Amino acid sequence: MKLLVNFSRKAGQKPIIAQVVKETGVLINVERAIIDSSEGEALIDIPDESCKIVKEKMASLGATVRVLEHGIILDETECVDCGACVSVCPHEVFYLDDQWAVRVREGRCVLCGRCMDACPHHALYHKEDI
Amino acid sequence: MKKSIDLINERVRDGNARVVTADDMPGIVAELGEEQALREVDVVTTGTFGAMCSSGAFFNFGHAEPPIRMERIWLNDVEAYGGLAAVDTYIGATQQSTTRVDQYGGAHVIEDFIAGKSVELRAMSRGTDCYPRRTITTDLLLEHLNQAIMCNPRNAYQRYNAAINTTDRVLHTYMGMLLPNSGNITFSGAGVLNPLSNDPKLRMIGSGVPIFLGGAQGMVVGEGTQHSPAGGYGTLMVTGNMKEMSQDYVRAATMQGYGVTLYMGVGIPIPVVDLDVVRSTAVRDEDISVDLLDYGVPSRNRPTIRKVNYAELRSGLVEINGEEIRTSSLSSYRKAKDVARTLKSWVEQGKMTLVLPTRALNPETRAKPMHESVHGPRVLDIMDKRVVSVGETEEIRAAAQKLLKGETNHLPVINNNGLLVGIVTTYDISKAVANPGKATLVRDIMKKKVVTTTQDEPVDIAVQKLERHNISAMPVVDKDMHVVAMLTAIDLGKLIGGRWLK
Repeated sequence: MKLLVNFSRKAGQKPIIAQVVKETGVLINVERAIIDSSEGEALIDIPDESCKIVKEKMASLGATVRVLEHGIILDETECVDCGACVSVCPHEVFYLDDQWAVRVREGRCVLCGRCMDACPHHALYHKEDI
Repeated sequence: MKKSIDLINERVRDGNARVVTADDMPGIVAELGEEQALREVDVVTTGTFGAMCSSGAFFNFGHAEPPIRMERIWLNDVEAYGGLAAVDTYIGATQQSTTRVDQYGGAHVIEDFIAGKSVELRAMSRGTDCYPRRTITTDLLLEHLNQAIMCNPRNAYQRYNAAINTTDRVLHTYMGMLLPNSGNITFSGAGVLNPLSNDPKLRMIGSGVPIFLGGAQGMVVGEGTQHSPAGGYGTLMVTGNMKEMSQDYVRAATMQGYGVTLYMGVGIPIPVVDLDVVRSTAVRDEDISVDLLDYGVPSRNRPTIRKVNYAELRSGLVEINGEEIRTSSLSSYRKAKDVARTLKSWVEQGKMTLVLPTRALNPETRAKPMHESVHGPRVLDIMDKRVVSVGETEEIRAAAQKLLKGETNHLPVINNNGLLVGIVTTYDISKAVANPGKATLVRDIMKKKVVTTTQDEPVDIAVQKLERHNISAMPVVDKDMHVVAMLTAIDLGKLIGGRWLK
């Protein structure tokens, strides 16, 4: 399960992720993180059964946590199955099936957004965007 | 043995013709042999679906009351050509909207019309005795137009070079997003299904030949612009009635950082009249090679990394120097197959009969580069030959004095052999003075990664470097890294008014 964690300015100083790992014992996989001096956002992957405990612990340390339901979504009416997205994705989310149609392995997606820039037909979007 | 076009058409009309798609032909020939394949197969259908920038359409709107002779024309804010008199125009696919820039263009106008959407026409005129009206604004549907004739000057490229990027930054090109450090490869074209690749000698494809164009029955006009079949890069000029087209095969697109383009589905049926046609339509993906070009080099003559064939490109991975690099197709192979299959069903149902070219295309043509009577400005035309440089072992203070005396903000740093090793700016020196630390020599504070240019580099390329690195000057070096001049933002002022021409 993927969680999107936002740190406020104040909490940004504290090693929240490290502390959660230490206190819960849950191994957190950080898939993407942008952290600067004032705020931070991290996309983390954790086992489904640990979701509740990690969420609560993060929240108690001052982070806002949101469960990420969806990865990138393919709009089949716009997609022409070219495959421009296939080679630009760092997580190999996209592939062409035996009928040469583009398929999405949504679970691998870390929402970096690179494919959205590469798609000539604006066929890829985040659920949150609509 | 030969088979006449009349015999083939008789079978088409009777619904008895054996029609196959071009991707099945290699297997059929391998199984039956050439002679038997000639006897059994009557028509091979081809197809391709990809970005075809050089596309557009002629429109006739009919006359308004009072009438207008339109001189400047916009369709949904996309400018269309106003030099065709009265109420005719041509809209080019890559023309961008004046309001929505690269998110909407001529290609979108064409797709919107085909999709049945309303498009706003705005036009202006100076007004004449016969055409008194000066402005007009009206919403139009495709059915309101007298004619909507797609006429694409350069479609259905025989093949297209693949692209890679060896620089350390992302490139946004008409070949899509190219990741840095050879991070991916992009390519375009249907390979085994491509129309011209199945008839490279242009024996069956020529003027007047019926085709599939955007879902309509269209026609080959003749050779396309930049037609270069001698090198394997033939193109076609094609036409078709937009009113019969389908959005399934005509799609507007935006290549980020490049602009608007139109994805078109084009297919051509090839009558199997003799053994040469059998052989040419038995072409496989692995028989069609293209150059893999480095788009990191901003020149017409991009270096070829290696040759690759369509089988490799379509496999998803291409090996370069022992490393496997992922590929992306920009054209849709699934749609190309769809085009070839639809065309196959048309011929099978007798909806389309075959025609030999009324006029053959020249298979020996080779496209020339542009003749340039005046070369664009190069760095040597505007560079500043007064170079003030500093040695790497000189003291920071000495550099400061040179900057003051030389009235410059950039000091190239050279080593004992007189070769460029770094650069210091007034900023670097101010910083060193304001925060005095251990640094005493120029080499302690210089930037070692220097962006440079050469005398022969076109100014447009040099300006891109300045912009990209957010700098205002760079040393001009020779091949041994001697600094021969400086190019600063101030020198760019010489471009205004053609003063660089002297």
